[in-house]
Amino acid sequence: MSAAADMHEVPEVPTTRASGRWVKAFRTPGGIVGLILMAIVTTLALLAAFGVGQDPATQEVSDALQGPSASHWLGTDQFGRDIFARVCSGLANSLRVAVVSVTLAAVGGVLLGILAGYYQGVLDRVVGVITNVLFAFPSLLLALALAATLRRSWLTVAIAIAVVYLPIFARVARGPVLTLRHAEYVLAATAVGRSRLSTLFEHVLPNITGILVVQVTLSLSWAILTEAALSFLGFGTPPPAASLGGMVYAAQTLTSVAPWMLYAPGAALILAVVGLNLLGDGLRAALDPRGGNQ
Amino acid sequence: MEGVGLLSAAASLGHRVGAVGRHPVARRVGEAAVTLLGVSILTFVLLRVVPGDQITAAYGTAAGDLTPEQVEALEAYYGINEPVLSQYLGWLGGVLTGNLGVSATSHLSVLSMTAQSLPNTIELAVFAILIGLALGVPGGMLAASRPGRARDQISQLTSLIALSVPSFLLAAAVSSWLVNTIGWYPNGEGYRTLLEDPLLNLQQMLLPALVLGISIAPPILQTTRAAILTVRSEDYVRTARAKGVTGRRLQVRHILRNALIPVVTMSGLQFGFLLGGALVVEQIFAIPGIGRQVLLGLEQKEYAVVQSTVLVIAAMFVLVNLLTDVVYRLVDPRVRVQ
Repeated sequence: MSAAADMHEVPEVPTTRASGRWVKAFRTPGGIVGLILMAIVTTLALLAAFGVGQDPATQEVSDALQGPSASHWLGTDQFGRDIFARVCSGLANSLRVAVVSVTLAAVGGVLLGILAGYYQGVLDRVVGVITNVLFAFPSLLLALALAATLRRSWLTVAIAIAVVYLPIFARVARGPVLTLRHAEYVLAATAVGRSRLSTLFEHVLPNITGILVVQVTLSLSWAILTEAALSFLGFGTPPPAASLGGMVYAAQTLTSVAPWMLYAPGAALILAVVGLNLLGDGLRAALDPRGGNQ
Repeated sequence: MEGVGLLSAAASLGHRVGAVGRHPVARRVGEAAVTLLGVSILTFVLLRVVPGDQITAAYGTAAGDLTPEQVEALEAYYGINEPVLSQYLGWLGGVLTGNLGVSATSHLSVLSMTAQSLPNTIELAVFAILIGLALGVPGGMLAASRPGRARDQISQLTSLIALSVPSFLLAAAVSSWLVNTIGWYPNGEGYRTLLEDPLLNLQQMLLPALVLGISIAPPILQTTRAAILTVRSEDYVRTARAKGVTGRRLQVRHILRNALIPVVTMSGLQFGFLLGGALVVEQIFAIPGIGRQVLLGLEQKEYAVVQSTVLVIAAMFVLVNLLTDVVYRLVDPRVRVQ
């Protein structure tokens, strides 16, 4: 792996050099642990998404509030549903909401940021005001207000979270455009007849990939936390679908009889978020020169 | 290069000529005003598209039995038959003159509800910031004392884990653990304000402030660590060393004092965040703060209450950020020069 990475160390081609740094991110102990955690979390979520294992919705009231056993690895909840199946299905829900919301936020935000930085003038001011307005709300409060006004489903929760994180991506993308729009190679590309905007997309995007990847990873962890908090408050993914936040809420009053109901979804939530944060830190050390620890 | 020099000369000239309009603080105030206007539009629009309106909120399911004439009369009463723009202007005019609307269920004005709930949230936020600083600043100093070594990595890992534990989970775990083991749970009783029963109030504030303090300690730790590392390599620290300043005096007077400037900014940002972001913890520990006011409004479909309370929270968030910015300028003369 290292020989291949070294061969690609050609300074003139930023993308291949970046691939060497990608490998570096996964060599830090934190990055490796993050990768392993995310592999476990994703596998569990995918298994649940494809219906492998027990059904998360099957109720067996005679088995309610059972501790961990061979037939129910993590015990059962107050309706006798299998907690392990519900945790996996809750993870699938968390990841689904996080991936959809961060994708929407990243695509929308980067597009807005590049256009604002490029056209400047009125558009830039409008985008600036929109980002300022969205930043003016504590993020959970804004997500809550948005989620509460839309019809409750996992998709509207994802959209609400996307709106909250969109301005971050707009800011990340806008900065480099301001410096690159007058760069000589952009001017040169215009001189030979290329449209300046397409040149910008072509040159700006590779330049901000590093920051973007880090931002996407960290935003995924925030999105998981936001979704869980919304579900905990009763404004997130609606039941009977399993959500980790909703499971923690249900467990709260039953901790004296069934503590596993709290531990299982709590641990799953922490593992997913720690995994993403470790991965994000490893990526930041490797890809983002500003965030490096040196 | 010449062009850049000319530009900056022109800018600094303009700076002096158009002193008010171009003064950075004045510009930030203007920006904050525009932002607040946008915030008011967004909250208004948000709560316009809510399924169900004031009539449903006031009459519940009985709203379905109303005749069209009755609905029309009620719409006129609540002012929701007017054009959207005049509704917005009416609401904004009310807000600016201190009329934030009235709750349909409790018949209390949102202003008096906020006057009761806001001090509780501010008290909680102050305690949380103090705990966050008490954990984050020494942690950051410890991490920065040997960058890259064991103590640095341990404090970084601890802060990463603290960052990854959602506050509602920590709150739920801590409160249920306390109830199940030692049976001490001050928040189970009715909330008492600091003036009514200081001793009970402080007990009731302890757990939520601890949970919030733990969640804001990591950013404070990171900021402290980064600031100390930056300041340590500054020229004036080298000069101080060359003059023979060492040990505690160097660490405290020259390094820590300057490194705390970004920490103050970070605390300001976190304080603003806590004013509205503490709602989950307020909910769990039954602190009747402003975040809980929003949640209660949402549950009871009291959108007038939600609308005005959200606006108050966002306005305070903007003002706290503005204030942090201004204080930053006062504390750090280098920002003024730029």
